[in-house]
Amino acid sequence: MESRNARLGLQLFCVYLLLYGGFVLLAAFSPTTMEATPLAGINLAILYGFALIVGALIMALIYGALCQGEPTTTATNDGGTTAAATQEDAQ
Amino acid sequence: MIYEAANEAVLLFLLFVGFTLGLSFWLGRKAQSSAGYFAAHGQIPWFVNGIAFAGDYLSAASFLGICGMIAFYGYDGFLYSIGFLAGWIVALFVVAEPMKRLGKFTFADALDAKFNSKGIKFAAGVSTLVVSIFYLIPQMVGAGVLVQPLLGFPHWVGVLIVGAVVTMIVVTAGMVSTTWVQFLKGSLLVVFSAILTWMIVERGFEVKSGGDDGHMFRRISTLRQDVDSPGPFAAMGGWEVLPREGSWSETQHEFVRLQESATGRITAWLVEETDNPANVILVEAQTHVARTGQPDLVNGLEKGDEKGEPELHPVGWVSSLPDGQQKTGPLSMTSFFSTMQQSEVVVWRNEKVKETDGSTTTVYYPKKTPGSEILRPGEHPKFAGIRGDDIKGKLNFLSLMLALFCGTASLPHILIRYYTVKDESSARKSTIVGIASIGFFYVLTLYLGLGAMTSGAMDVTNSNMAAPLLARSMNPWLFAAISAIAFTTVLGTVSGLILASAGAVTHDLLSSSFGWEMNDHEKVRIAKITSVVVGAIAIVLGILFEGINVGYLVGWAFSVAASANLPALVMILFWKRVTSQGVIAAILVGMVSSLGWILLSSDTFETVYGLPAQDAWTPFTQPGIVTIPLGFLTLVVVSLFTKGHQTVDTA
Repeated sequence: MESRNARLGLQLFCVYLLLYGGFVLLAAFSPTTMEATPLAGINLAILYGFALIVGALIMALIYGALCQGEPTTTATNDGGTTAAATQEDAQ
Repeated sequence: MIYEAANEAVLLFLLFVGFTLGLSFWLGRKAQSSAGYFAAHGQIPWFVNGIAFAGDYLSAASFLGICGMIAFYGYDGFLYSIGFLAGWIVALFVVAEPMKRLGKFTFADALDAKFNSKGIKFAAGVSTLVVSIFYLIPQMVGAGVLVQPLLGFPHWVGVLIVGAVVTMIVVTAGMVSTTWVQFLKGSLLVVFSAILTWMIVERGFEVKSGGDDGHMFRRISTLRQDVDSPGPFAAMGGWEVLPREGSWSETQHEFVRLQESATGRITAWLVEETDNPANVILVEAQTHVARTGQPDLVNGLEKGDEKGEPELHPVGWVSSLPDGQQKTGPLSMTSFFSTMQQSEVVVWRNEKVKETDGSTTTVYYPKKTPGSEILRPGEHPKFAGIRGDDIKGKLNFLSLMLALFCGTASLPHILIRYYTVKDESSARKSTIVGIASIGFFYVLTLYLGLGAMTSGAMDVTNSNMAAPLLARSMNPWLFAAISAIAFTTVLGTVSGLILASAGAVTHDLLSSSFGWEMNDHEKVRIAKITSVVVGAIAIVLGILFEGINVGYLVGWAFSVAASANLPALVMILFWKRVTSQGVIAAILVGMVSSLGWILLSSDTFETVYGLPAQDAWTPFTQPGIVTIPLGFLTLVVVSLFTKGHQTVDTA
């Protein structure tokens, strides 16, 4: 069970790392892109920044929902693993 | 600026702090054993612990430093918000559960769970102590900042009060009371920041030409030749143009000094070029002359120390709005940004001039800045590198963002909070609650900072003061409430840090590394003595670092934490061939290299030692991008070399 939670954590971590890395690299190497105003007159820097904060919360909630709680019985753990795996694939 | 105490503010403030202390003492009576003192018996409910995370984390740095940086430079301060929050992802997804499984009281316990090595305990204990003290500096500076406008005390008195009160809390209380107090403050801080944000958006923007003390800053159109010829000033009778002597001829921006013949008062003006080279505009600047042995001068007059006497004018206003509007009225959460994007804001920058008589003049000058520039990254001088072609500037930025990302999960006082809940699932849930409340607050920081920027209440000399001054410009009661909450938040963060240091010294250094035999009672006593010593060190450092933006200082603490602790922590969790020698080497190399880098960087040269920035030894100021990989590399190399003589890993 522990390794399953750890694997899920690492997968979500990698997704967030890509998002965050994208933001940082964009700001560092193409700062002018950040000045574009794609939505409602608000620039990309603010939109992307807010998205990173909201995204962190959403991913934390996903993690919380998919992680198994206390070590209970093996049977439920197995069931949970399959269900969670399907949900992950669906993302 | 001159700060005078307001009665209602003081009253509310004392009530709040008194209540917090009372609560802390009352809860502290229960915690007599070391398990209770350091880890609250592992009995804190996860929701409370989660909000307490926010209380610990949303410290002086978040509230004061970030708001201040946004208020002075715009979007760049928000980069810290983003980085600080992203760090929680590392904490939650990578570190939270394994940490809880491995550890007992301290970060060192977790690292050492596999090896039982004195060396690891020692290295981890030292790094905990170093990081905690580094992180304490901005908290103490922040405390001084809060007390100044609220109670009218000078900075050092504020630092002293906080130091003394916190040390008292920690000595009498321990982790139970610290947690509950943090819970209370964490929730209040978020709620009141939300109220303040709502008021900012409701207030909207208004075009002005001065701050809220009513002083209108002047602009004089004149001829270039009048400015360049010393003597009577042709554009204004009774004024004289002073010659540009000494350093005044070498300033980055062009300034001219005018003297009022009748009074002898000297003021400085920024010379703004126009399309016609024969014409210039003089823009009224502000000056602060620091003299030795004589009172300081502000704007050519002796600086007062009571209300109504000469002081620097408060600043920060909108100089034009889209479509020639004068006032926007209430805005929405989105139109706040889109309006700002098309407006023009006057922000203030400064330049120092060394006079021939040994005094130093700081010239504060207004800079009209389009909203589109305020809302983009790269306006702060420390971040301006991303707009240049020099790779060093870009590396510096990447380095900071990396340190913020990796730092949270390496902070000892955040890590010890994983031991105050009963199991891994609670550790996870409380982190999620923490992320929700901290993330919400960080979204608000951008509104708060930009609201402060346009509030007309900013103190040009100190960016850390932005958030409290913004609140004061809204409503004195709100100001009192926010200051009291922020102040107690500082108290809480500082007590958490002092507890972490005390735990490190007692468990990791004295008990485990040096083999002191202590019973439970003695451990608690040693921890309390350590708390007093660390508290005293923090007070001194807090006074020394007064002028530096606290958010910036926190960035350094994150760099050291990430370089020293993260490689060891992550590799122990995910690599089976780690040896104890590898861990020890990684911690020491990461800590020494990042600390050394910071101490030899241009920022420290300039602001702490007073040496020229170009003499600095390091190519850029943020160490993370070099020292974090260095820590990992050290760990891997040393582990591979010491693999043979490793005591067998039985875990």
